[in-house]
Amino acid sequence: MNAIATPIAPPSMSRGRVFNAYVQEAKAECLRYLRNPGFLLPTLLFPSVFYLMFGIFLARSNGPEVPRILLAAYGVFGVMAPGLFGFGVSLALERDSGLLTLKRAMPMPPGAYLIGKMTMAMGVATVISVFLLCMALFLAHVQLSGSQIATLFVVQLLGVLPFCAMGLLIGSLIKGQGAPGLINMIYLPMAFLSGLWFPLSMLPAFIQRLAPVWPSYHLNQLALSAIGLGQGGEWGHIGVLAIYTVAFVLLAARRLRRYG
Amino acid sequence: MHNDSYIAQLDGVTKRYGQLVALDGIDLGLRRGELLALLGPNGAGKSTAIGLLLGLHRADSGSVSLFGRDPQDIEARRRIGVMLQSAALPPTLKVGELLKLTASYYPSPRDTGEAAAMAGVDDLLGRRYAALSGGQQRRVQFAMALCGRPELLFLDEPTVGMDIDARQKLWTAIRQLVADGCSVVLTTHYLEEAEALADRVCVIAHGKVISEGSVDALRARVAYRRIRCTTSLDTGVVAAWPGVAECHIEQGRMFVSTAQPENVVRRLLAADAALTDLEVLRAGLAEAFTELTRDNDDVPVVEKEAA
Repeated sequence: MNAIATPIAPPSMSRGRVFNAYVQEAKAECLRYLRNPGFLLPTLLFPSVFYLMFGIFLARSNGPEVPRILLAAYGVFGVMAPGLFGFGVSLALERDSGLLTLKRAMPMPPGAYLIGKMTMAMGVATVISVFLLCMALFLAHVQLSGSQIATLFVVQLLGVLPFCAMGLLIGSLIKGQGAPGLINMIYLPMAFLSGLWFPLSMLPAFIQRLAPVWPSYHLNQLALSAIGLGQGGEWGHIGVLAIYTVAFVLLAARRLRRYG
Repeated sequence: MHNDSYIAQLDGVTKRYGQLVALDGIDLGLRRGELLALLGPNGAGKSTAIGLLLGLHRADSGSVSLFGRDPQDIEARRRIGVMLQSAALPPTLKVGELLKLTASYYPSPRDTGEAAAMAGVDDLLGRRYAALSGGQQRRVQFAMALCGRPELLFLDEPTVGMDIDARQKLWTAIRQLVADGCSVVLTTHYLEEAEALADRVCVIAHGKVISEGSVDALRARVAYRRIRCTTSLDTGVVAAWPGVAECHIEQGRMFVSTAQPENVVRRLLAADAALTDLEVLRAGLAEAFTELTRDNDDVPVVEKEAA
């Protein structure tokens, strides 16, 4: 027992190792969801199948611009899911199951948890965006320039962030197995009310007036602008989404600090 | 009072959850190389004490330190390994991936294979966590706790759900870690676990330390047998007999604690020919523990006959 008395120098963590911890966390987060068909399949299939049905097969009769409009709308619908579910549901479950407590007790670098989930959500959003773009280009033969494709892709990729923040806030408010159902009750109505399933012009006037309340409405406007159907005011939409993101994160952080 | 020889310390700590006082001015210190077992009934405050040392909660008053720092300071936690009582790990990750991820949090971790071998899960590295049995999952959690080469391990009920063989192996691994200079804070329900491993045992009840000392000292408190009988003898008289540690009347019956039950029984029978309902009970560590916590509870406890 004599070796014990010698004090061991406090370990220092090199910057490279801290960075590696972030990479490992993101990798683990992506892997566990890639292997989880219960999350991955609905997230990928819903927007793709909806677009195939309403944007391609049934679109011809509704006008030539429909596949183009719905490319934006279902893209937005698609990228909302990994943020809301990847963040919201998993945070709600992990707060309940003790995993978050364990990670907080372990020396996981602060932020690695959230950045890991964000990376996963953006990865899934990338796949959805590419899926829909391929269908639009090769099945629906929507005419898109290279810069339009690139802009839409970037809009959808960054458009995940406000929904990650929203998922974070929801996940900090609820706990446990009820989370998926509750998030669906936010996700689906919000998609409908911001005109992702039917154009807003077909919906009652009060729903049209209410639409700017939803972050998905603003993301849809940006996606439409990206492919040449914009009505201007892009910076306004970007500003609203940024404000939503910051507000959700701040509220969630406050809540998590208080209640864990 | 702050003491530099402690690597983890609660100093006059109080923690409340609303009306409930979880810890009531508790003092607890852990020295380097020591294995400290925390015992106590559910709700006694063990988990809260551990949670404070891990930086999961903040104390309402008093001070909490881990390697001389605030436990919420990540630098302090880089020197600890943690195994919590209930943590559902991601079911779709493989054991090797879980260990690699955990090791990435630490400055100079053990090799994944080495950590797995120490916990006896080196044959499970390629298996998904969900495919493991409960005991195997506990061993994986143990491997995660030690993979960062910690100076201090927190083990919260580590052997729950393990069979006897797995428990013995885990004990061997814990002893090896302690022999290599690692300190351990262990909470357990199993008294034989504390008996097998701990240098020092701390019994917590109602947010306070009610007994602290070596396992031997705790056992010494229970070297006593308990004699129970119905008699007309006066407690004051019996208490004065040689070898009698304590004597009282409870629900009309006399209880005598003694280290020499044979002598006391002989004398009791001689002094009161009408004595009835004679029983001699052996107290194990479990009874000592019940006894210790009961003294604080003032709640009657059903006695167990010695087997």
